Amino acid sequence: MISYLTKRLASLVLSLFVASAVIFLVIEVIPGDPAAYMLGMNARPDTIAALRTELGLDGSVFERYVGWVTGMLQGDFGVSYTYRTPVATMVADRLWISLPLALYALFLTVVIAFPAGIFAASRRGQAGDYGVIGATQIGIAIPNFWFAMILILVFAINMRWFSAGGFPGWENGFLQGLKALTLPAVALALPQAAILTRVMRSSLIDVLGEDFMRTARAKGLSTQQAIFRHGLRNALIPVLTIIGLQFAFLLAGGIIIEQVFALPGLGRLVFQSISQRDLVVVESVVMLLVFAVIMTNFLVDLAYALVDPRLRVRA
Amino acid sequence: MTRSQRWNWSLVIGLALVSVFAIGALISLFWTPHDVTAINIASRLKLPGQGYVLGTDHYGRDMLSMIMAGAQTSIAVAILAVGIGMALGVPLGLAAAAGRGWLDELIMRGNDLAFAFPALVIAILITAVFGASAVNAIIAIGIFNIPVFARLTRGAALSLWTRDFILAARVAGKGKVRISAEHILPNIANLLIVQGTIQFSLGILAEAGLSYVGLGAQPPTPSWGRMLADSQTLVGLAPHLALVPGLAIILTVLGLNLLGDGLRDLLDPKLRAVRS
Repeated sequence: MISYLTKRLASLVLSLFVASAVIFLVIEVIPGDPAAYMLGMNARPDTIAALRTELGLDGSVFERYVGWVTGMLQGDFGVSYTYRTPVATMVADRLWISLPLALYALFLTVVIAFPAGIFAASRRGQAGDYGVIGATQIGIAIPNFWFAMILILVFAINMRWFSAGGFPGWENGFLQGLKALTLPAVALALPQAAILTRVMRSSLIDVLGEDFMRTARAKGLSTQQAIFRHGLRNALIPVLTIIGLQFAFLLAGGIIIEQVFALPGLGRLVFQSISQRDLVVVESVVMLLVFAVIMTNFLVDLAYALVDPRLRVRA
Repeated sequence: MTRSQRWNWSLVIGLALVSVFAIGALISLFWTPHDVTAINIASRLKLPGQGYVLGTDHYGRDMLSMIMAGAQTSIAVAILAVGIGMALGVPLGLAAAAGRGWLDELIMRGNDLAFAFPALVIAILITAVFGASAVNAIIAIGIFNIPVFARLTRGAALSLWTRDFILAARVAGKGKVRISAEHILPNIANLLIVQGTIQFSLGILAEAGLSYVGLGAQPPTPSWGRMLADSQTLVGLAPHLALVPGLAIILTVLGLNLLGDGLRDLLDPKLRAVRS
């Protein structure tokens, strides 16, 4: 277990370094002079020079990269050029919306997909199974931002159950905040739930064919009992992989959904920063999203080892 | 099993849906019912049927014409993105399987890294530096496709390399490059076609999402995602502005997914038996 952990940790650190190098290269090296790029065509040379000094662009590329990474390790993500505030606080504020949204959506995804997948697998080849498969086929084809617009049309404009957008802030009560995130979370979750349902179904069907499931049935358990006592845990490995991927997708995909509901999350921050050419902010948000993906994959790998002891040895 | 029925319904329905949009896109290259960019305020926000098959938008532009021209954008972006993914991913996967050792390790670690960048994040990076355009959307989705094809190719190629006919080819004196091109590639072509259809459908969805948030095709290029973005504030007033492009996306993606399933059945019956 220890050697497995060290190996995984080493590859985690390596991935993070290479990913940060790629992001740094695209944002700070490819445009040539980021200061000139950020200020636009009509900037005076002395303004550009001043910004260069302010952003610490005078050093060599390598020095700048090292400076950026060591800064991030200490929680210093630089200062936004447009807002003149530390990027770390800006991002932290926005994360209070984007992260709960992703978690809420992930929760809904699992809550929909597990029962649907189990239902379909235990009725394999019957009408209920085909119904679920057909529904997932359509669910996968629906763009989440379009579904979000339809939800607004039905539940906000026509029924007036929810507001069409905006966020009241967590300080006005947890339930108010949760309510504002409900439609966005549902919109994000539906297509992902369709994917997860299919994975759950096929993984469970694979397990149902195993010998130990036949033994469980032979000793007198019903199909349902056998699935819940022995099937689920064994079907969970591929499901966990997908859940990991989905969390990363929900965090990144939330960026688009935030636009639909005018939520002041990471999405709005990043799009504003793109149009204001605030590269410092874009760089940090992208690094954060990539960090989230890599971290999630790492945690999923660890979770495997917990669920299935055999994997500890093999890796 | 019911799968052995004579008609491959997935293939038929998928092909029909995809054909409708492909033909619409082709026709729009030289003819649309109305001028896509013509603004006609007098007949704005017409519901479907009132002189216009699918109605008009807030500028009085014909929705059917815009859907046809938008199909062109969607299909072009998605096809080119799949092309990029295949053109770079397949050779990388072949090389990893043929070379093994450090080359394999290097390519697969690079792959893992590329998986950490969702298409949207790549698009944000590219747009922040080069500005938004349909070309950048193609590049972003294309880069996202590379590891998908590399991983698939490597996996399939690795199992082929252990087969007797490959051994025969090696004994005959063929090099690794020649074996990859002449024996491995033809044997995984079916797999690549099926995956290509799936990536095609994902590309349509990604393109719509990117142009919805303004990272894809720019005006005046018609695009389904931008039509949805334009309809956002009017959705209560004229729901068809959101319904029509949305249904176009759903039907195209559904068609491509069904087509992929159908092709899998058609090209490799064994796969279907194993899968479900």
